[in-house]
Amino acid sequence: MSKVPQFAWSSRVLHWLMAAALLAMLCIGAAMVASLGQYQQLVAIHRPLGALILVLAVIRVVNRQLQPLPPFMTTMSARERVLATASERLLYALMFLLPLVGWGMLSAARFPVRVGPIVLPAILPHSEALYTLLRRAHTVLAYLLFFTFMAHLSAVLFHTLVLRDGLLRRMLPWSPRAGAPGSDADARDRVP
Amino acid sequence: MATPHARSAIRARSALVVAIVLSVGAGFLYLGGWFSPRQLTPARLIDTFERVNGPHPGFRRNHAKGVGISGYFEANGAGSRLSKASVFRPGRVEVVGRFALAGGMPYAGDSAATVRSMALLFSLPNGEEWRTGMNNIPVFVVNTPEAFNEQLIAMAPEPATKKPNPERVSAFLAKHPETARAIRQIKAQRPTSGFADSTYNSLNAFEFSDAAGQVRAVRWAMVPLQSVAPPAAATGPAPAANFLFDELIARVHQGPLRWRLVVTIGQGGDSTRDATLAWPDGREQVDVGTLTIDHVEGEATGRARTINFDPLVLPNGIAGSDDPLLSARSAAYSQSFTRRVSEPATASAVTLPEGEKVSQP
Repeated sequence: MSKVPQFAWSSRVLHWLMAAALLAMLCIGAAMVASLGQYQQLVAIHRPLGALILVLAVIRVVNRQLQPLPPFMTTMSARERVLATASERLLYALMFLLPLVGWGMLSAARFPVRVGPIVLPAILPHSEALYTLLRRAHTVLAYLLFFTFMAHLSAVLFHTLVLRDGLLRRMLPWSPRAGAPGSDADARDRVP
Repeated sequence: MATPHARSAIRARSALVVAIVLSVGAGFLYLGGWFSPRQLTPARLIDTFERVNGPHPGFRRNHAKGVGISGYFEANGAGSRLSKASVFRPGRVEVVGRFALAGGMPYAGDSAATVRSMALLFSLPNGEEWRTGMNNIPVFVVNTPEAFNEQLIAMAPEPATKKPNPERVSAFLAKHPETARAIRQIKAQRPTSGFADSTYNSLNAFEFSDAAGQVRAVRWAMVPLQSVAPPAAATGPAPAANFLFDELIARVHQGPLRWRLVVTIGQGGDSTRDATLAWPDGREQVDVGTLTIDHVEGEATGRARTINFDPLVLPNGIAGSDDPLLSARSAAYSQSFTRRVSEPATASAVTLPEGEKVSQP
């Protein structure tokens, strides 16, 4: 019984930590726009969580340079491999850009950003024009993150539930064995 | 070759994937308020201001008419017993702020009956800030953002009469007895002569936490050290359109204005989530220091113009209470700020000569 080729242990842990953080952030961001009564609590999570995502993004990029990737699955066409690589790069870019644009827009608005007991320094000068630009960019980038996340989710679900090629196993936090129960070795339904 | 059985199984599993993805998408839309078109949001609340007051690009959507001020706060140390916030340690911190009149009309004529506000930003060490907006009324008129929105609509002047529709006002007050009671209490307090001799109240409750971690519910007020006078009698010529601001500017020219910052400590049973309810007399009050205002600046140059006086920008040692108005103010101020700074700035009604600032030796 051979082991399923998987992403490195550190890559898998970072992936799921980031997934939880980004999913929470998308939910909080959407709710902040619509909420008056819960705005206070949502903002109190939104800003420190954004700072955490920025830190996690730095760790992930370093980890990405250090850890080898498993080979692409044979069930992925050449075009799908290009798309997967492009969407991965876009997600990495957004993990950096959204927190930095958020921090920058609050700096431009002369608004202190609290993370626990610490107030972060301003990273941009006070400017109404800059605030207006970055505030809009924050929304556009958040929608882009939402749609990229949905595309990523759709692709993984399609491979895992329709093709049943075991794609998800490469990223599972544990290490399933090939042919083990629930490992999806049912080849009958596999699309050629 | 896939069998027909396998093909139908694939179709079913594809449908499952589509269903999962659509559900996740719908969940986000739900959180974003797309399925609750009647729910009050920050954008809809600010839309109400714009509808009632008309468009005034570049101005705050409420408390639109104002002037910038600056000075300093000197703590006497008495507040350190109540809160570990650095602002209460003996010493001086810089303050910028704004005096304004309530309402979204930036060119409305001054009136003694209009609610006056004092907004302040205390610049504290390590990048901390304390921002607070206070009004010269003893209690607030509503206790939820939804009631505030309803009140704006109910009290809006009708185009024909330029006065609120009495039937709509009565209907609103019948539905909101807390507002009727608050208005009686506000009317029982005679306004003072101007900005300089007004007491400005936080209205919302906050929480102070001391060095030992004990939390106390508080409200605060800026109490004038200037002698308090009644408003000028209504006889004689009609007052100038900016008479309240003109008088304020003239007084700062004469000398600095001062207020004592008085913190009132709530006791068990005092409501922290209802800004229409005054706390009973006799609650412990602590004088924690003196605010000195020695500069006044027009809005064109003043540093206060682009400050969002969000009441939830607080230093360590001060936190918001469970009052829903605080969260709503924070959300709505942010919406108003985002809109007005994206618009071209217009000249304010109250202007000072170019570069004029009044400094005290």
